[in-house]
Amino acid sequence: MSLENFWFLVIAVLFTMYFVLEGFDFGVGMLMSFLGRHSEPDGDKRRRVLLNTIGPVWDGNEVWLLTGGGALFAAFGGWYATMFSAFYLPLFLILIGLIVRVVAIEWRGKINDVRWRRWCDVGIGLGSWIPAILWGVAFANVVRGLPIDADHQYTGGFFNLLNPYALLGGATTLLAFLTHGAVFVALKTSGQMRDDAQTFAARLAIPTAVVAAAFLIWTQLAYGEAWTWAIVVIAAVAAVGMVVATAARREGWAFVATCIAIAGTIAMLFGSLFPDVLPSTTDAAYDLTVANTSSSHYTLVIMTWAAAIMTPVVIAYQGYSYWIFRKRLSVDQIPPSIGLPLQSTRK
Amino acid sequence: MSVVDISRWQFGITTVYHFILVPLTIGLAPLIAVMQTVWHRTGNEQWLRATKFFGKIFLINFALGVATGIVQEFQFGMNWSEYSRYVADVFGAPLALEALMAFFLESTFIGLWMFGWGRLPRRVHLACIWLVAIGVNASAYFIVAANSWMQHPVGVEWDPERGRPAMNNFIAVITNNTTLVAFPHVIMGAFLTASTVVAIVGLWWMARNTYRASKIEEAAKLGDESIIPDTSSPSQVGASPAQLRHDNATLWRPVSIFALWVVIGSGLGLFVTGDMQAQIMFKQQPMKMAAAESLCETETGASFSVLSVGRQNNCDNIEHIITIPNMLSFLADHNFNSTVQGVNELQKQYEEALNMPGQNFAPNLFVTYWSFRAMITWALGSVVVAFGGLWFLRKKRSDVPRWFGRLVLWMLPTPFLANASGWIFTEMGRQPWVVVPNWADADGDPLRIHMLVQDGVSNHTSPMVWTTLIGFTLLYGALGVVWFYLERRYVIEGPSDKDAAAPDVGSDDDESAELSFAY
Repeated sequence: MSLENFWFLVIAVLFTMYFVLEGFDFGVGMLMSFLGRHSEPDGDKRRRVLLNTIGPVWDGNEVWLLTGGGALFAAFGGWYATMFSAFYLPLFLILIGLIVRVVAIEWRGKINDVRWRRWCDVGIGLGSWIPAILWGVAFANVVRGLPIDADHQYTGGFFNLLNPYALLGGATTLLAFLTHGAVFVALKTSGQMRDDAQTFAARLAIPTAVVAAAFLIWTQLAYGEAWTWAIVVIAAVAAVGMVVATAARREGWAFVATCIAIAGTIAMLFGSLFPDVLPSTTDAAYDLTVANTSSSHYTLVIMTWAAAIMTPVVIAYQGYSYWIFRKRLSVDQIPPSIGLPLQSTRK
Repeated sequence: MSVVDISRWQFGITTVYHFILVPLTIGLAPLIAVMQTVWHRTGNEQWLRATKFFGKIFLINFALGVATGIVQEFQFGMNWSEYSRYVADVFGAPLALEALMAFFLESTFIGLWMFGWGRLPRRVHLACIWLVAIGVNASAYFIVAANSWMQHPVGVEWDPERGRPAMNNFIAVITNNTTLVAFPHVIMGAFLTASTVVAIVGLWWMARNTYRASKIEEAAKLGDESIIPDTSSPSQVGASPAQLRHDNATLWRPVSIFALWVVIGSGLGLFVTGDMQAQIMFKQQPMKMAAAESLCETETGASFSVLSVGRQNNCDNIEHIITIPNMLSFLADHNFNSTVQGVNELQKQYEEALNMPGQNFAPNLFVTYWSFRAMITWALGSVVVAFGGLWFLRKKRSDVPRWFGRLVLWMLPTPFLANASGWIFTEMGRQPWVVVPNWADADGDPLRIHMLVQDGVSNHTSPMVWTTLIGFTLLYGALGVVWFYLERRYVIEGPSDKDAAAPDVGSDDDESAELSFAY
């Protein structure tokens, strides 16, 4: 395999890791308004249980995106430049969402006040819903192709991006992350939270499987290769597994199934794309490809060494972190808020 | 404004904002690691209180630092796609390495540190904060290396096929002489920032406790409780004068002394690395240093300008009022009589060497002149804190007068302003370039590799870029207000007595135990 093709694979793996790991983070964020909607004070404890299932790990999960972005820049500068300037407004919205989510999660417990927490919950919600939809829209558009001219410049506008195929992609990631999140919560909690998450996941599994199947088959028929049928089959089996396992309330297996289904969907998108990295709908001659956007051989060699040495180390310590915080959480384990009152009380 | 100008403002605003938060993170992580280490080694629980107190301040800051940093990773492609295409072969590598080697480390281990109190063995928990400290400093190295390459491109050759530079020596890129002096300067600036903040908080608290103790004693004499100032800080409520003085002597004094010596050390470090940077800059970016001094005409034995007036951003009517003779030549290469080139001569040389007649190669002289002076002046705020603090804490004293506690609060913004001024000088001093031609290494064809800022921008319409400029500015502004409110609340609250007790490392089987930390 040439180094260019290998780096296409690396990019695909980095984004797959990002969507599998951050997928349940977005799911948990979105579930704040479903599983967390309860009368007070129980509601706040439930929302804190949700938040703390991803507490120690969500920041590390997000770094897969930054690494994916950096690797894209380093290995395929032309792809990075055209894609990020083409998706200008969607990326802006995603970034706003991610910024708001980071601070809302970290600052939520700092002040012990109902309205303060409500605003933070709005931030966590926005920062989970917006990227969950827009990442799907963006990646579907990459596979579908964009109006790109001979200079690799994007010539469309914002509304070019909102076509039916891309919107179906957005619906797919949204539902997949929501189900993935519910299954993750079922896996990480005990007691009533676990029951509720199981019920939620079981209800959501069938619509998720249907929408994802429609998206995968559309992708296969319109953009797929012969070999990508294999991915469609794997993803389909995983989707069926997800439906069966959630119905049987076996959240461990369900989590394996949603991981495979999400990884399969991302693999499908990258597989249908290759050897292009961003097709042009204007003229096939203007396609961005692995060959015409990659960095020099020397740069790829350096990057390969760095990735080969560092990636196992990163996976090892992230795995350690997941292992340390492997225990299930329940409402009873949430300590009272240590936040300060909104205004200082004079004594 | 043109799209180039809006994009420049956007990158400037988002980067300066990010770098208000970054130095505090970079400097505070090692300081907290040291505090926790002292507690770990001595068992003195005052250091645990300090660790937890400054830990809260650190985490509030870390969150917004991460949030504003995410934008930077994408902004190159979004607003500067032509630049990204041109430099990807070499600029992308440090960015990817930063994420791979530093971001993962700090983000994973900050989670372990935050949630690991009472769950991880103490030694492992201590290792976590050290790994965070290493991570934040390593990330600075990679991003400074990327920036330094734009200021002094090395390790590349011209690739005629792709029409852009290709990396041919990675080691040269990450050991760029510009990086080797810029990185310690940035790190020393960060240490100065964090240690100044810690020292100010410590001194202000000591002044507060001293004042309160004297008021309580006075009230007892007069039999009038109403003169005791209000407080909501748990360590002050109901505390006797003896307890307040005990807190000063056992908690705040050692923490402040430690921070003050870090201020002194990093201040010296800044002085030395700044001098090294200046010498490199005179050789490699002569225009930047000529602009910093508003030196329009080439001079032998050039003098350093302390104050000048009548300034537009060009050479038309500059009048130097106060100067130190021969000082500029000394700064340039430690020789009082060397020749320093002026803006006008450099302008002619550049036009000829690059065959670009009519192109203005001088940066905005007003901004470069004053940002350079502002950087040095603001750094004096930390000097005031350091010498004043060490004076009042001499010979085991731990009483700080109220006026000094108030004075140091006014010094709080100074290291942040010095950092911002320094970066504004570095970045605006390289205008009009986004990749500065390599003037120093004349062998090969180094002048071939350069890019003007206007050639690096994406081809967006201005309403699009206005949208993101206004969007980011408003959001950052609002979050900045919340950040300041939170930091202020937590500093005034002070350390909690509960934090003095080390959490038990509970047995692993206890399923229902309350978490020691939860969002």
